[in-house]
Amino acid sequence: MAEKPWADMTADEKRAWRIDRWRNPPIEFKSPEAEADYKARLDRLIAALEMRVPDRVPVSLNTGFWPALSAGLTPYESMNDPARARKAWIDFNSRFQPDAMSDPVHYTMPGAMFEALDYKLYSWPGHGVAKEGSYQYAEKEWMLPEDYDHLISDPSDYMLRVYLPRTAGAFAGFSQLSSLFDFIELPFVSGHLGGWGSPEMLAGLERLGEAGRLRNAWWNETAVPVIEKLISLGFPSYRSCGTKAPFDILGDTLRGTKGLIMDMFRRPDKVLAACERLVQVAVDWPLKRPVGPATPVVFIPLHKGADGFMSDEQFRTFYWPSLRKMLIGLIDEGMIPFCFAEGRYNARLEAIMDLPKGKTVWLFDQSDMARAKETIGTVACLEGNMPLSLLYAGTPQEVAAHTRNLIDVAGAGGGYILDIGAVADEGNDENLAEMIKTAKEYGVY
Amino acid sequence: MQDLVEAMANMKEEEALQIVDEMLEKGENPNHILDLTSEAMRVVGERYQDGTYFLPELIMSGEMVKKIGEQLKPHLAARQDQAKKLGTVVLGTVRGDIHDIGKDIVGFMLEVNGFEVVDLGIDQPEEAFVQAVREHHPHVLALSGFLSVAFDSMKSTVEEVDAAGLRQDLKVIIGGGQMDETVRKYTGADAYGDDAMAAVAFAKKSVGVN
Repeated sequence: MAEKPWADMTADEKRAWRIDRWRNPPIEFKSPEAEADYKARLDRLIAALEMRVPDRVPVSLNTGFWPALSAGLTPYESMNDPARARKAWIDFNSRFQPDAMSDPVHYTMPGAMFEALDYKLYSWPGHGVAKEGSYQYAEKEWMLPEDYDHLISDPSDYMLRVYLPRTAGAFAGFSQLSSLFDFIELPFVSGHLGGWGSPEMLAGLERLGEAGRLRNAWWNETAVPVIEKLISLGFPSYRSCGTKAPFDILGDTLRGTKGLIMDMFRRPDKVLAACERLVQVAVDWPLKRPVGPATPVVFIPLHKGADGFMSDEQFRTFYWPSLRKMLIGLIDEGMIPFCFAEGRYNARLEAIMDLPKGKTVWLFDQSDMARAKETIGTVACLEGNMPLSLLYAGTPQEVAAHTRNLIDVAGAGGGYILDIGAVADEGNDENLAEMIKTAKEYGVY
Repeated sequence: MQDLVEAMANMKEEEALQIVDEMLEKGENPNHILDLTSEAMRVVGERYQDGTYFLPELIMSGEMVKKIGEQLKPHLAARQDQAKKLGTVVLGTVRGDIHDIGKDIVGFMLEVNGFEVVDLGIDQPEEAFVQAVREHHPHVLALSGFLSVAFDSMKSTVEEVDAAGLRQDLKVIIGGGQMDETVRKYTGADAYGDDAMAAVAFAKKSVGVN
């Protein structure tokens, strides 16, 4: 392919470029067999993602701390012992041989990094949650109702000078900063710099530096070695970046569930304006960064639009329009949006069909897969639906039967990736092995 | 339908608060206003049950009741004539889990359907449930949880309630997140609920009401 300027490329050309990069990672394979495995696995995934028929149903594992627990580590230990964490994740993939790697990126960051930040949005193992537990979000109105206009007018400025000081102690001094536009004219600079020299700011910058150092140490000691090793062994990375639906950005960690629900009645226009404003922010979020994403698959956890959270009318009014625009924006950049529909999405299956064919993948947790196949499954790849409860407390026979059923129902005609419906922090290894074995035998097309 | 009931049931918050103000100015008995808010919540509950309303309306109406309660507080004498309850439910999110939205909906729906609800809150250890069952003699123990960490906490809570000899006249239901028949069997609960209506139906059945 002749190298065109990025801006001149069509969406399909951008996507082809990204897929080509995904197929040819800058890493040396351990052996020609490992390279062949890598390509076979990736081609299997891509065929399913593009709604074609692969050689067999691909398997991805939506794991959280499972690899740690499987190796006898608590989540806390996996966050604080890089050598054992590395071994746990490499062993887990080597043992279960999934088509997409289970990586440790979102699960093994050291708690000390968040502690240096004084990060208030979440509890994590050993900090507000037991060492055996997983992360949990602390629901609160971090953004106040009167903040809407600031957020809508200048989202990044709002984040920098209002939201971050509230949600992480290391940013407290940022609340005393004036506008960054001060820097565009020399006479304004001196006034601005006062905020950077305040004692609170200086202490905060030290903490930020410490958090950054801890992050880089973890990245180099745990994340990168595991990912490189797994690629060299023939396991492709899958989801390499993430973003969120505009309504969820607002509803999860800005206004909070209750706050945003009140806003739907008290200030619906502001909610809609904010969602609209956040569309491009959410498209740029995974893309405009110093190093572009390693794979085209962008992870999008969907929360507040699930069944029960709102009516169909509310979904079509408040949730879907900005999400759809964001998905189209990502597709136009050659990305493959990976929509993780947590909980149940049975009431949404028709509404979400309004998408270009073969450009997205939907991981369903507890939705009805037969109906999903008839609806959204006609325009998008489906993934998931193995109940976490079954892997945790079922028998291998039950797991095998459920796997066969999923392959029959969701896998018919391709366009399906077998996966766990929910992020799995723990479960029965024997059941997981049975699921994968069944897919590899029964899932051959 | 009364204006106040209608305004509340239709999510007209400002209108509802204004009507309450006007009623108070006219010297309306605050206990009567309180009864009307209960009536409105019953309507909201019905609309939730028939699939017209969802989480937003439950939360919004809960907020209206809270605000009206504040308006009425200075006018309200202590009231003893509590309506007879169908039964008592002890409710809580189990150890290791801090999720509360699902639990709160279940509590709301049980209350509007005539149950006394003892809500223990989130991240409650086994002993707290045992203690509450001993103290309140509920008909139903409802355990909520979102994460897989809740599977084992539910199991041990049920076991400890059993071991304390409190299970004879008690029915246990679990709900939230990943709860299903597989988890029900694992935890030893009597039932699992997919949604708040399932909890209400189960509680009614447990006290012999349809």
